[in-house]
Amino acid sequence: MATEHASVTGLVTHEEQLQPPLRVRARPVLIALPALIVLIGILYPFFTAVYYSFTGYALNRPGSDSIFVGLRNYERMFTDPDFLNGTYITFAYALVSTGVELSLGLVVAMLLNRETRLAKILQTTLIFPMMIAPVIGTLVWKMMMQPSVGILNPMMATIGLPPLQWAAVPETALFSVALVDVWMFTPFAALILVAGLRSFPQEPFEAARVDGASFWFTFRNLTLPMLTPYLIIVIVFRFMDSLKMFDIIFAMTEGGPGNTLMTYQLTAYRTSIQFQKLAQGLPYALVLYVVIYISSQYLIKFWGKAQRRAAGL
Amino acid sequence: MESRALTRRAGAIFSDGFLVLYFLFALFPIIWMVLISLKSTDQLFTTQFVFTPTLDNYQAILFGDPRAAAGVVARQEFPRNFLNSVIVSSGAVVVSLLVGVPAAYALARYNFRGKENLAFTFLSFRFAPELVVIIPLSVAYRRLGLYDTYFGIIWVYQLVTLPLLIWVLRSYFEDISPDIEQAAMIDGYPWWQIFGRILLPLVRPGLAAAALLAFVFAWNNFIFPLVLGASNVQTVTVSSLGYISSAQAFFNRMAAASVIASLPQIILALSIQRYLIRGLSFGAVKG
Repeated sequence: MATEHASVTGLVTHEEQLQPPLRVRARPVLIALPALIVLIGILYPFFTAVYYSFTGYALNRPGSDSIFVGLRNYERMFTDPDFLNGTYITFAYALVSTGVELSLGLVVAMLLNRETRLAKILQTTLIFPMMIAPVIGTLVWKMMMQPSVGILNPMMATIGLPPLQWAAVPETALFSVALVDVWMFTPFAALILVAGLRSFPQEPFEAARVDGASFWFTFRNLTLPMLTPYLIIVIVFRFMDSLKMFDIIFAMTEGGPGNTLMTYQLTAYRTSIQFQKLAQGLPYALVLYVVIYISSQYLIKFWGKAQRRAAGL
Repeated sequence: MESRALTRRAGAIFSDGFLVLYFLFALFPIIWMVLISLKSTDQLFTTQFVFTPTLDNYQAILFGDPRAAAGVVARQEFPRNFLNSVIVSSGAVVVSLLVGVPAAYALARYNFRGKENLAFTFLSFRFAPELVVIIPLSVAYRRLGLYDTYFGIIWVYQLVTLPLLIWVLRSYFEDISPDIEQAAMIDGYPWWQIFGRILLPLVRPGLAAAALLAFVFAWNNFIFPLVLGASNVQTVTVSSLGYISSAQAFFNRMAAASVIASLPQIILALSIQRYLIRGLSFGAVKG
């Protein structure tokens, strides 16, 4: 065996490269086979989802999964008077929470990057909000916002602010759930960005300091371009996740008050699962999937570009 | 010169002040949750920060409520829910490890057609809206008898744990120089021995961290057991909703349950801190 494998290039022997036997060519596929089986088990329901969305399937009407209705479910979704509000809420929630998490996370990351003792202690505790289950974190906020046991209104009263009804009224509902999202996931942004800041080479920053460059000059011309790949990672994770956020909104109001917070995900759940009109809810989830797929492709390309630019290529 | 030093000093104080303020925001809800969990029901509505702490809520959560009067729901299912969470989360991680470690190795070391597409398909599960998969699964599960079973939940949890493990582990495998494997190959070791005896020990810290993080994500999941489970597999995340949606709100009980349900993740996360950033970013940030 040893002599047969004497000339090695890469991980595949020379002989194998010239004429790889099937056994060798199939090896990666065989190794990954169990994962492929799981993959199929997950892709299969995805394709049935597409199929069901063209049927009149309702869980309480047996046999309705073979009634083909064409695009009627999609038509119904687009003409639903609540569709506009749902679209608005889905994107407003994602944009607001991602935007705030990115900027607040950046500020926190830059402050944590100062190697002070305070910064070190605090960085450890950053992971707490992020590691608690989103549902449980939301329930704690719901209790804090609650009028009888809640603590937020009394605290606001001490600094002279009027009490709020938080998620109970349409005016502040979006703010309340976005606030929980910001609380929960700003640590994620801060941790990724602090890792980015610490990975920077020191020379350009020292050179800038010697030349007497201002903080803003250094920030705009050095920090920000080098940090861009990290900023995009935060955007990818947070934007995709908040577009499909379910836990926080469901635990807070189940989409209410009224239809205020009925995002695509919440509408799909309510229609397909709670109302058992399975086929009618699917277009919401599928349209969301397409939106997420397209934006992720775009963001990943952009990430590659930013990475090359930050590396000076 | 002096004024510049003064400005810098003021800047440092302002920075520290902002940082402290942010951390108050980040940590206050958790501290408050612990406080509420130590309050008796009488003091729940009358006190804020000064009260006589009691462990009654924890006792009631874990061992049942000794004072549960008729008509008041004694919530004793918490230990059962906790156990369910342990079972489905560790089950999901074990399956993901068995399936995902070889796949991550294949994706890191071999070149084959459609490799990147395959890797991104796994990643796309992480970002796909869960309902796309679980709405049709809710039908299939009822037909196959998998609804409300451990196996069913563990299977669907692969959506959460498998992409994480594959992507994080792939980045760890790629960090290892192929020279080591080449040397072993020249010595005539078959690939599976090289994998098991040389590579696995090298990635073990990263592997352990990724597995624990996957456990945390599985534990925290809510929508899968909500849609595909019922009383048999009820996890702590789903059952926690019951404490405030029932007719009488058990805020202090709910807080006690939340504290217990959050402890595993906090402990695990603290123990893998060094590897956390790479795990959270799916290997994209080496942290």
